[in-house]
Order: sequence, then structure tokens, then C-alpha cells
Amino acid sequence: MDSLIHARGLVKRFGDFTAVDGIDVDVRRGEAFGFLGPNGAGKSSTMRMIGCVSPPTDGVLRILGLDPRRDGPKIRAKLGVCPQLDNLDIELTVRENLSTYARFFGIPRKVARQRAAELLEFVQLTERGDSKVEPLSGGMKRRLTIARALVNEPEIVLLDEPTTGLDPQARHLVWERLFRLKQQGVTLVLTTHYMDEAEQLCDRLVVMDAGRIVAEGSPRALIEQYSTREVVELRFAAESQEPYAEKLAGLGERLEVLPDRILLYVTDGDAAVAEVQHRSLAPASVLVRRSSLEDVFLHLTGRTLVD
Amino acid sequence: MVAGAYVLEYHLVNYRRTWRSSALSTLVLPLLTMVGFGVGVGAYVSGGVGGVPYLDWIVPGLIASTAVQTAFGEATWPVLSYFEWLKVYFAQAAAPLRVGDILGGHLAFMVFRVLTSAAAFLGVAALFGAVHSWWAPMTLVVSLLVGLAVAAPTVAYSASISSDSYLAILMRFAVLPMSLFSGVFFPVESLPVVLRWVAYALPLWHGVELSRDSMLGLAPGWLGLLHVVYLLLWCAAGWLLAHRLFQRRLAV
Repeated sequence: MDSLIHARGLVKRFGDFTAVDGIDVDVRRGEAFGFLGPNGAGKSSTMRMIGCVSPPTDGVLRILGLDPRRDGPKIRAKLGVCPQLDNLDIELTVRENLSTYARFFGIPRKVARQRAAELLEFVQLTERGDSKVEPLSGGMKRRLTIARALVNEPEIVLLDEPTTGLDPQARHLVWERLFRLKQQGVTLVLTTHYMDEAEQLCDRLVVMDAGRIVAEGSPRALIEQYSTREVVELRFAAESQEPYAEKLAGLGERLEVLPDRILLYVTDGDAAVAEVQHRSLAPASVLVRRSSLEDVFLHLTGRTLVD
Repeated sequence: MVAGAYVLEYHLVNYRRTWRSSALSTLVLPLLTMVGFGVGVGAYVSGGVGGVPYLDWIVPGLIASTAVQTAFGEATWPVLSYFEWLKVYFAQAAAPLRVGDILGGHLAFMVFRVLTSAAAFLGVAALFGAVHSWWAPMTLVVSLLVGLAVAAPTVAYSASISSDSYLAILMRFAVLPMSLFSGVFFPVESLPVVLRWVAYALPLWHGVELSRDSMLGLAPGWLGLLHVVYLLLWCAAGWLLAHRLFQRRLAV
């Protein structure tokens, strides 16, 4: 099997704190692989180990068949990294950001200039090529960071929360560009806590919680395994939803009571709604929707706020 | 080595945008000190120092001092901001560079800045007629050495802090006293013994002595060799310390 990233029992500790607690991961060539999890789940620590800027505390890690402990620079030469917080050079121009970074990879100046021009075209920043970075919008900066991660024509692109903090238009543009990369056969590894992002982009993903992998599979398979096909959201016009939960007993595979609504996890939403009416319960609002990765995520990692 | 050159290249590209304003101060500063101290104060120092006119005596010290000031300026705020605010080092660490390349490339740039300011000072001094020996250009080599001897440990210091208030402390308690008591403006022999030993311990005095020897065309002798070795020790210790701190911050 052509496994570009191979981890077994990978551990990262900072003093007494265990950020990554023995994970097994295999990322295959050409796939888009996602790390999902709440804040503090260990996603970024894992990404930094894969990016060869953070030595593993324990376990096996092979990237492109090489050992990060020994071959850091050699591996990094074939990686593209888009960090969580943009670390662009705000005093250089957009174009210089790409061309100077390309030099760190030993790319000849002429090729670097040419590649910068192509990448600006790819992330739709050609018109801003000679402007400084500072006045760019968040979405533009993010696209530039992605472009910078591509200057060395990497085999693997690591994206740590690529669309966090972007407005919807900017997010969709980033997704579209990443999708294009994927079509070109570039292996993408990303972290996110946006479920729609994971569903849009990832072929396969792992859900992390407290440093461990709690689930693994394709978005579709995870939904099938950890949720039901459909979810019915019932909102009752009362102070507390709790009393209605009893009356809904036996409906669907699972039931969840939230402060403002009740979620019924069912195979057939419409049938469940009919049964609700049959029991002469009169919810103020009813919503039948397809189960999403978000349901899986909340089911696995809980609803408690992490930070 | 090659990768370190790419890092130096980056800093030079970065410098291209600000070199005009920095070049101006590089020239104006020596001009002002030359007029203020050399000509102004020098008029009151009748008979010069050790038989040398005061202007000729003070210029070599000022060149070494300029080298140190430039090194200090480049090794403090830029380093702190590359870690804390601009995150430039972290972007570099994600590329196929080693910690030594990142550190070495930046130090090489600092040396470049030290050399250009020292050379500018030397040029201005020549215009004031304060250059008399063919050995004078050796003062640039001395500047390089004393500049690096200050830059390397200062980089280490800057890498160990997270707020610029610590830089003000370094300025007040290390750089300012060092500039005043290292024999730049008056011979260290006029200092009380305790302060004299402070001057001996810090790098600048050694640079001043070497610089004065080259500018006045004197043979530095065995003491000169000691100065060089001592400055090299500062460079080496600074490098090792800085490398360790960079490693700790860039590869956690």
C-alpha cells in the first residue's frame, strides 16, 4: 500500500501534558485526509509532527517513507504547509512572499518568479501581486498562504484549519481551490472543526478527542455508523423540553434533549413525525433533515464546551 | 551552508525596502558624533590622548562602538518580532531549513549591517582627515568580529524573552554602560578598578583596542591576539546558546 504518512502509537507530550496519546494513521497518495476534533484534541500537535517541526515523543512516524527525526529537511522539501495563523511577511509584496519562500527550497530565481506568477493566477491574486500583504483581506491572505504552501510543488499539503475565521464567500473560494488541488492528485491533510468542510473535502477522516482517535472512516461511513439516516428536530413551546422526552420514548434509535429542542435520531423522518402527531404531541416547530457529520462529531466528542 | 545563504538572501530582499532610511541614519549618526565629540569635545582636550589628537584617538573607538550598536539593534527587536509578532522564523522552519541555517542566515545579515555601518563611519572619518594609516581598513574586520561577538549572545537573549520590556533592561544595564566604560571616549585607565574589570569582561573594549591599533597603525602584539581569542569566545558561546534557544522554540 502506498502510504505517504504512516503513524503507529504516535505520542506527543509537553511536560506532564499529553497532547497526542498514541494514534495510528495512514494517509494514502492522492486522498484528502481530515483530522476532526474540538479545540485541544491534539490536531495541531499531530500536524506539527507530520510537518517535521515537532519531534514525536514516542511511537513510529514515517513520512514519504522517511523518518522525521533524521530526515526533517528532506521531508519538508516535499511538504507544503499552511499554518493555522497566517505567518506571511506583511512587509513584502504578495509576489515577493512567494518568490522569497521558494528560494528556501533552492528553487532558482527565474523559476521562482515564474511559479509565483502561476500560483497568483491559481489563487486569483494576480491583480494584487505587487501590493503589500498587510492591507489584504483575511480570505486573500489565506489564499496567499495556500499559494505559498505550493511553491515547491509539494507531494503533501498540510492545512491547519484552512478556513477558520473566513467569511462564507472566502471559505467557498478556498474550498473550490483545494478541491482543484485534489483533482490534480495532490495529497491533502487538513484539520478542521467545521463539519461541512470535512464533508466537502475529505475522502477519509479521523475524529480526535483528548489526544486519541475515537472514530475513523469516510464521512458517509461515519454517519452511517454513529448516527442515523435522518434527524428530526422538535421544538416545544414550553419552558422545559424535558417532560416531552418521556412521551417520545421508543421513537427512533436515540433521543437527545437540548435546552431548546429535542433531537430524534431516526431512519425515516417523515414516519417519525407522523408518529409524533399520532401521539397528539404538538411541537411548535418540526424540522426533518439528513444526518450530518456534525451529529457524529457531537455524539462522539460531547456537547460540553472545551475551552 | 547553502541553505543559510538563502536565508541571508531573504533578509537582504527584506532590507531593500528600508535601506534608504537606514542608510541615512548610518551616515548622519557618525557625522554628528564626529562633529560633537571629535571636534567639539576634542577642542577642550589639549594635547590629545597619549600624544594622539583627540579626534584621531576617538574615531577608532566610535567605529567599534557603532559596530556594537548596529549589532545590538539588529539582534533585538527584529529577532523578538520574528518569534512573537511576525512569526517569520516559524515560516522558515516549515521549509527545508535547519535551525542553524535560520540562525546563521540572520546572523550573516547582521554582520552585513555591521560592516556597512562601520564602513560608512570609516568613510566619514576619512573626510574629516582622521584616517592616517594603511592599516585602517583592518578596523572593518575588527568591527565584524566585535559585532558578531555582541550579536550572537544578544540574539540568544532576544530568543529567550517574549516581551520587549526585557530589551529596555538590556539596553540600560548592558549596552549603555558598555558603551560608556569601554575606552571609547576616554582611556579605561581613568576608571576605578571595578569598572575597569567590567570593561575587560565585556566585548566592546577588546574591539576598541584592536580598532585603535589598526587605525593608528600600531602593532597589536600578543595582547591583540588575546583580544581576538576573547571575542571569538563570545561569538562561539553566543552561537551555541542562541542555537539551543532557537531549537527549543522552533522544534517543540
